[in-house]
Amino acid sequence: MPLLSVTGLVAGYGGITAIKGIDLTVDQGEIVTLIGSNGAGKSTTLRTISGLVRARNGRVEFLSKPIEKLAPHKIVALGMSHVPEGRGIFHRLTVLENLYMGAFQRGDGEIADDLGKVISLFPRLRERLKQAGGTLSGGEQQMLAIGRAMMARPKLLLLDEPSMGLSPILVQTIFETIQSIRRQGATILLVEQNAAMALEVADRAYVIESGVITLSGRGAELAGNDSVRRAYLGEG
Amino acid sequence: MSILFLTTPEFWFDQIVNGLTTGSIYALVALGYTMVYGVLQLINFAHGEVFMIGAFAGYGVLLALGGQDISGVMIVVALVLALIAAGLASGATAIAIERLAYRPLRNAPRLAPLISAIGVSVFLSHLVDDGFLNGETKHYDQIFPAGKLSLGALNVSYLQLFLMGASLAMMAVLYWIIQRTKLGRSIRAVAESRDNAALMGVDVNRAIVATFALGAIMAGFAGVLYGLFFSSIRGSMGFIPGIKAFTAAVLGGIGSIPGAVVGGYFLGLAETVGRELLNEIPGVNLPNEWKDVVAFALLVLVLIFRPTGIFTQQEGKRA
Repeated sequence: MPLLSVTGLVAGYGGITAIKGIDLTVDQGEIVTLIGSNGAGKSTTLRTISGLVRARNGRVEFLSKPIEKLAPHKIVALGMSHVPEGRGIFHRLTVLENLYMGAFQRGDGEIADDLGKVISLFPRLRERLKQAGGTLSGGEQQMLAIGRAMMARPKLLLLDEPSMGLSPILVQTIFETIQSIRRQGATILLVEQNAAMALEVADRAYVIESGVITLSGRGAELAGNDSVRRAYLGEG
Repeated sequence: MSILFLTTPEFWFDQIVNGLTTGSIYALVALGYTMVYGVLQLINFAHGEVFMIGAFAGYGVLLALGGQDISGVMIVVALVLALIAAGLASGATAIAIERLAYRPLRNAPRLAPLISAIGVSVFLSHLVDDGFLNGETKHYDQIFPAGKLSLGALNVSYLQLFLMGASLAMMAVLYWIIQRTKLGRSIRAVAESRDNAALMGVDVNRAIVATFALGAIMAGFAGVLYGLFFSSIRGSMGFIPGIKAFTAAVLGGIGSIPGAVVGGYFLGLAETVGRELLNEIPGVNLPNEWKDVVAFALLVLVLIFRPTGIFTQQEGKRA
């Protein structure tokens, strides 16, 4: 039984249909990536899974429960965290408040422990805890966004373009973090334009074009596929 | 400068105390405008009527407890009960308004909820005036002990002291809720981005309802304080204080909570002290109604020259 299973998902904005029947699954413990060019429907797919965009058709099952009609906060409560494109940091809340927002649905006594873990994963955040989120650099904001998502103890983490706008060194750091998060037991659905990096860390990958999945397979397999190399890896 | 001394220091202290008294009421009401604007970018023009409902709820409680005959320790009990009833009545009214008049228009063009707000405002003031009171004005019983505190040229009545102190305490509690509680954090998060707050697990509708309710409770308290101080209450009583409080919120930078408080006191002072200062000019003698002219002239000037508020730094648009 996959952790997340998406079947025939159709969604869009106003008169535009951005995704036209997406099928994908994510198994427990996997890193699955969805690659594709700008406007292919990657972000809309994530936004529909997490409930921000209403599905017009199709099904989304998470932990074997249909969730395509649930409000976003109820999906969060089931154990899904979505780090949106642009990171979604609250600029006027402090770094510490941002981190606490990540644990909003939790009422257990281990929130402080998890805060300690996130801070040791991202030591740069420690000295900035009292600063407003908007004062952080792009890289720090991305760390905060991922750290904040960890505060929810998600069973499934949706990451939308975590490498966007970051220097190559920071991109490396972020991808190392993604792998270490997986080693701690989280499952990740990663959307990326940086296909080379994404295929390197992913167990499996889907290629999306104009709102439909055109290819899927193991990460390494797709990285060797001629049309993927031409279209997304800048080769040939 | 010498013209200032044509009148006595006592006179000017009185003006300042009066300004701070009405300013307290404006500040309490302004909080509701600014908070709702913060989360929905909506000017809740029915907020003045939410204030009016609070004034009547408090009036009803005082009447039921014996009106003029309330004395001794019962005065404290009666005031507390009146404030609680006003907070509940105003809060419930605001929650109903949000649910019935604003939420169905959440995704409509901005003008639609604004018109809906004006409609609710007119409806409520006429419902009370024409539906229940036949145009009659009610009067708060003067249960508060008369007398004043005098410090040299400074005279403050006990009622004014209570009014200023109670307002400060209420605003401090609200500030604590917004800054230090999980609910407050969720309201601030929704004010920044509804989508991002939802992704954190915040029930956005619940946070919006809480925002309306908190602002309305402050307005309900203000309604009772208004009744105690000015005595006369009627269905249309919320209109002018409502627009004044809106002015205060704009002065302080709408969306800013400290701004609403500072704007409230500033407006209270400007309209009392400001009018008297104009009266110091030889040949000028402005009657009391000119308070409103001063207040609304300020609103127009601020909207033209500093639409983000006079106390805020002009902020560039952030990406």
